[in-house]
Amino acid sequence: MIPLGAYLMVSAALFVIGAFGALARKSAVAILIGLELMFNAALLNAVAFWRYLHPQGFDGTVFAIVILAVAAAEVAVGLALFIAVYRRFGTAEADEIALLRG
Amino acid sequence: MTNELLLWLLPLPPLLAFALIVLFLNKSNKASHTVAILSVVLSWLGSMVLFLRALGIGAEALAEHPMHDSLVWLPGKTSLLRIGVYLDPLTAVTLFFVAWTIVMIFVYSVGYHNYGQPKGDHDEKGYPPHGATVEEHGHKHKVPSIEPMYARFFAFVSLFAFGMYLLVVSDNLLTLFAGWEIMGLCSFLLIGFWFKKESARAAAIKAFMTTRVGDVFMLLGIAYLYVATGSLAYTDVFNPEVLHQLAHSPAPVLGMSVAGFIGLLLFIGTVGKSAQWPLHVWLPDAMEGPTPVSAMIHAATMVSAGVYLIIRVFPLLHAAAEVPEFLSPMPIIAFIGAFTALFAATIAVAQNDIKRVLAYSTISQLGYMVAAVGIGAYVAAAFHLVTHAFFKALLFLGSGSVIHGMEHGVLHTGERIDPQNMYNMGGLRRKMPITFWTFLIGGFALAGFPVVTAGFWSKDEILGEAFAGHHMGVFWTLAVAALLTAFYTMRQITLTFLGEPRTEAAKHAHETPWTMTVPLMVLSVFAVGYGWVGVPKYFPVLGGLLPHWFQEWVGAVFHLYVKEEQAVSHSLVPLLVSILVSLGGLALGYVVYRGVTRADQPDPLARPLGPIFTLLKNKYYFDELYAFLFVRPAYWLAEVFTFRWLDRTVIDGILHAVARLSWNLGQFLRNYIDLPLINGFGDALGEGAKGFGRLFRAIQSGRVQHYMLVALAHVVAFLMLVYYYATMS
Repeated sequence: MIPLGAYLMVSAALFVIGAFGALARKSAVAILIGLELMFNAALLNAVAFWRYLHPQGFDGTVFAIVILAVAAAEVAVGLALFIAVYRRFGTAEADEIALLRG
Repeated sequence: MTNELLLWLLPLPPLLAFALIVLFLNKSNKASHTVAILSVVLSWLGSMVLFLRALGIGAEALAEHPMHDSLVWLPGKTSLLRIGVYLDPLTAVTLFFVAWTIVMIFVYSVGYHNYGQPKGDHDEKGYPPHGATVEEHGHKHKVPSIEPMYARFFAFVSLFAFGMYLLVVSDNLLTLFAGWEIMGLCSFLLIGFWFKKESARAAAIKAFMTTRVGDVFMLLGIAYLYVATGSLAYTDVFNPEVLHQLAHSPAPVLGMSVAGFIGLLLFIGTVGKSAQWPLHVWLPDAMEGPTPVSAMIHAATMVSAGVYLIIRVFPLLHAAAEVPEFLSPMPIIAFIGAFTALFAATIAVAQNDIKRVLAYSTISQLGYMVAAVGIGAYVAAAFHLVTHAFFKALLFLGSGSVIHGMEHGVLHTGERIDPQNMYNMGGLRRKMPITFWTFLIGGFALAGFPVVTAGFWSKDEILGEAFAGHHMGVFWTLAVAALLTAFYTMRQITLTFLGEPRTEAAKHAHETPWTMTVPLMVLSVFAVGYGWVGVPKYFPVLGGLLPHWFQEWVGAVFHLYVKEEQAVSHSLVPLLVSILVSLGGLALGYVVYRGVTRADQPDPLARPLGPIFTLLKNKYYFDELYAFLFVRPAYWLAEVFTFRWLDRTVIDGILHAVARLSWNLGQFLRNYIDLPLINGFGDALGEGAKGFGRLFRAIQSGRVQHYMLVALAHVVAFLMLVYYYATMS
């Protein structure tokens, strides 16, 4: 059986890749994708910990479903926002949209 | 109407007229003079009714039971202050001449102020009328114009008439003083009637200030009398017991009794009001007022009030003189009176202004009366008071008529001369016959022309009393003054009416309207006839033909207080002296002045008298002396001491110091408390917030990825912290 550590490694790698993508990419959609990866890293952690440490309950699976739902909702809201931003500014580059600069 | 009610009502019509004119009628000249004259005629009527009723009662009975009524006015500390009306024989004769002269002067004023004449070309309020141009028979010429403040004049003289009536009918010294001061005010207002003339203003102020000196002393006398007796009513004060007590208690000063000291203080009031030396300076300057005012206030009534007062308080003076251990005020009064009589007569000799001569003659004649009171001859004083009021009013009105006629001539010819200077006149007897004859009567009365004129009898009586009482100093002083009086009177008549006209204006002078001449004629009747009520019994031929009514009548007033004078053997010396000086003076005046033919001729006396004449002409330099002694120091006090030093330096200095102190305190608070502490705190708060914001705005890049990076960094840091602590424990 694959040890828990392997799952955690994959999950951590996934999180770091997602974080890098979210921080380094210009496109807003890519940032969103990075965020999705980070979500899924967390989801994978939740499921892995459930399976190895607490297989009797349902907690891990419920967490996973809630995270999936949240991620889906977030993507829907995020994409709608980006479409609105694109229409308003003619671009979806995160760097160019800095209206809140102090 | 009862006598007392009538007495109460007597002063009121002129007051009412004053109020009506001031409040409602001042726009209408006709209504103003109608109401004013109507009011004084009413008062005149009342006075005559009272006078006749008084005659009916008889002197002795009236003196013992005078008409008297009073009511409570103010409650005092221990007694009630009552005011009321009082009529005894002295009041009756005073009322008689006051009523007549006032009515005559009111009627005269209508003509004098050119009622019925056109409005002046460029007359303005505050200046005498300058004349109007009218077109008649195709050519223009100038005629006198109506006084611009016609209604105001009648308002003032009505108020004045009220004051005089109030003074005469009052039964106490307080309301007498009120009337006295009302007249003082009116005198001020009327002397300064043409208030845009500098000289009129100065004269008004001078008159007011000078009489005020006397009035202050008089008020002190009244106050002292009230303190000493608790009453001011004649009936209470002139009670033999009260007088006895007053005369025997010593006053704190001058070694006088209380009675004598009060008498002296009241007499100083007389000195001011009746223009006696040394307070005589205001009266000649008062001639700046319109001539009816000079006649009424400064000859017939107001200046008489002073003599009336001193006769009124005669019992007090007499009581004081009776007690030998105290100094008596009587010699002082006699001295001032006699001195003034001579002193003013000498000045009158050298004056050229027709009204000024009369002014000095008034001072001189008032001196006669005061001297008469001073030697105890109060009846003679009262007699001269009445006759003088008539003939001096007549003379003043006559001089006003002359001036009026001359002004007419001046306007007609356009000559630039002084219409009041007698040297510019001459020959007016043909142009102004009524004025001439009446003036002659008045002048002869003043000079004491024997037998026919009133002035002779009254003056003779004073001289006779002085001689009989062995007051030789007074007698000879007054005799010399009488000589001078006759001399300057004739000088005036000669220069004004006799000879030939010396200027074009005098050639074109003409008689004044009937409103002016009728009063002259009425007054001249009294100037002659009033003497006949006082013919002494010892007078050759005439004596005893007519009863010596005046002596009985006024003499009765003080019988209660004044012991009957010792029966003196009447000598004919004073009589002869009085005839001699009168005729001599008149003849001398004519002889000296009939030769004046040119207006610019020097006075015939100027050369023989030399520097003395200059001294007389300049009135002994009294004006200059007073200017040096009082006026300039007063100005100095006001300007240098009070204004510059006290006000500017001391008071302003204190104020400025206080101001500077507060300013400095404010500066200190501002610089060291408010600015650094309070403002600093507030500013620091604001600036701190601002700086903080400025510092932290740098991290607000607006880029979402920066935020995420920062968040991540913090999360990592936080986790590391948690891990560190977890492994430590």
